[in-house]
Amino acid sequence: MKPNRLLMAIPYIWLLVLFLAPFGIVIKMSLSDLAVSIPPYTPQLDISEGWAGLRALFANLDFENYAWLADDPLYINAFTSSLIIAAVSTLLTLLVAYPLAYAMACAPRRWRGLLVMLVILPFWTSFLIRVYAWIGILKSEGLLNQLLLSVGVISEPLVILNTTTAVYIGIVYSYLPFMVLPIYAALEKMDGSLLEAAEDLGASRLSAFWLVTFPLSLPGVLAGCFLVFIPALGEFVIPDLLGGSNTLMIGKTLYVEFFSNLDWPVASAVAVVLLAILIVPIFLFQRQQQKVSEQ
Amino acid sequence: MRFTSALAALAFGVSTLATATIAQSDEVVNVYNWSDYIDESVLEDFTKETGIEVRYDVFDSNELLETKMLAGQSGYDVVVPTGTFISRQIQAGVFQKLDQSKLSNAGNQWGRVKEVTEIYDPENAYSVNYMWGTTGLGYNTAMVAERLGEDAPTDSLSLIFDPANAEKLADCGIHVLDAPTEIIPAALKYIGEDPNSKDPEVIRKAEPVLMALRPHVRKFHSSEYINALANGDICVAFGWSGDVLQARDRAAEADKGVEIVYSIPTEGALMWFDQMAIPADAPNADNAHKFIDFILRADVAAKSSNYINYANGNEASQELLDEGVITDPAIYPSDETMANLYSVTAYPPKVNRIVTRLWTKVKTDQ
Repeated sequence: MKPNRLLMAIPYIWLLVLFLAPFGIVIKMSLSDLAVSIPPYTPQLDISEGWAGLRALFANLDFENYAWLADDPLYINAFTSSLIIAAVSTLLTLLVAYPLAYAMACAPRRWRGLLVMLVILPFWTSFLIRVYAWIGILKSEGLLNQLLLSVGVISEPLVILNTTTAVYIGIVYSYLPFMVLPIYAALEKMDGSLLEAAEDLGASRLSAFWLVTFPLSLPGVLAGCFLVFIPALGEFVIPDLLGGSNTLMIGKTLYVEFFSNLDWPVASAVAVVLLAILIVPIFLFQRQQQKVSEQ
Repeated sequence: MRFTSALAALAFGVSTLATATIAQSDEVVNVYNWSDYIDESVLEDFTKETGIEVRYDVFDSNELLETKMLAGQSGYDVVVPTGTFISRQIQAGVFQKLDQSKLSNAGNQWGRVKEVTEIYDPENAYSVNYMWGTTGLGYNTAMVAERLGEDAPTDSLSLIFDPANAEKLADCGIHVLDAPTEIIPAALKYIGEDPNSKDPEVIRKAEPVLMALRPHVRKFHSSEYINALANGDICVAFGWSGDVLQARDRAAEADKGVEIVYSIPTEGALMWFDQMAIPADAPNADNAHKFIDFILRADVAAKSSNYINYANGNEASQELLDEGVITDPAIYPSDETMANLYSVTAYPPKVNRIVTRLWTKVKTDQ
């Protein structure tokens, strides 16, 4: 049966309306100048002028804002620091998530549905509230410090809130389900007789894990890593609530440009560059998914 | 309240219903005001008298308000920008002219305040003053004395701008407003430059002063310091007069031995004016006028000032103010102190970029 052409067009129409059109507006804004007006940039497209208006619009656009980004180390530092934070927290999330997913996949079948639901359960509460709750846990008079002090592990409260450590904790906590679920899905599909065969052939349980289980779960691991890395790179809420003024992340820089500095053109330029950087991992993710489905 | 306001500021768009009663009619007025800046019973009284439901939402920075105003169609009917910001917002066409015929209580306004606010809003055509105050030092008397001795320079900007002092206070905690348009002028005033300067060369002179202070600042934030001061979590805040005084009152209520004092630095302090205005595209402009007219009533203005510890621009309200408010020099400064206060005007857009970049550097060391 040949797929209906109109049906095929739907995803492309969505892409055009929901992504390309807004992105075009952002690009245009990034080539504009600051102005005190509604909205706060110039030039605007004057539709009544027709073609002349469009030509005048293009004549007034320039790359000044991108030059501003390149000139100022703030933005480059923010990009690199975001990349590092996203990469490190992806790795940390993987370390926490893998044993969890493994245990879930090994659990008796009748428990698995419940376990998956428990992983998804936090999504029933607002993300913002959950991150906010971490403030109460991590602050110097918070739950964590009170616990550690009463047990006697530490004598002075640890300063965790408003540091990069708190940002890592926030990201690992928030994105854990995105890592657990794809790994669990990969492990659950695995054929148990493969492990029996490995053990019959003399592999220890550990080497059977490294030679059989882990390679087979790799597609899930990669999918999980992309699902954590990509949103973590542009994360704003977590560094804003849990990070300190020293925590430099591009999402926060973008927010400050937009809301505090009222500099929509520079904020748009930052957004365009962020997207350009994100396209690489998104593209790799797509390729990997394609390979998996081909297998 | 603090939790709600912080969340509301964050989840921008989440509006909190200030009135306890469910609206009986469809009449509403959407008010966007500073956090901790109203006696909520004033809103209830307004609803009782007019049947208009108040949807009350809060912010803690002029920049955030301006972003929403310049994006247009904010949906708010009454907003409260500071004078410095309102002048360029009027130029941008953000506000509508007030219909004076709908403001029966306009005569209550204080001529002395109107004279100053005319700098920002010529002929006061677009706004009326809600409250005014100063930006100065709030401190915990015991904690500061413990670190700097009994003769600590608590009435001078050197309390924080002199790194020797700031260093000693760092462990008990310093908060500074996240408001570049107020802190940079203060730093300039401290080194004897014109606080209202628009010259990038002069503005840059504030950088070393602020960079010397930054390592000792626990947080740049414009609303958390009220509770932090009151709880004894920090010992000094460079903040707004009424907010510090609210911290003083909360500390006194809690009665845990925390004593907070507000001082206007002898070098001079910024005097600012928060103006009530109606966006040009306000969905309920008529109700907005009714709300502003209600706030202009002498008894309402007095009730508000008594509660939030800010001076108002309402002369008729003065005889109704609590004795402790009208005679408090931290709220209504003496003529002598007044002579030492300064006000500033808005930065032009290109200079603004330099100011915000300097501020990013101060906050992030980048």
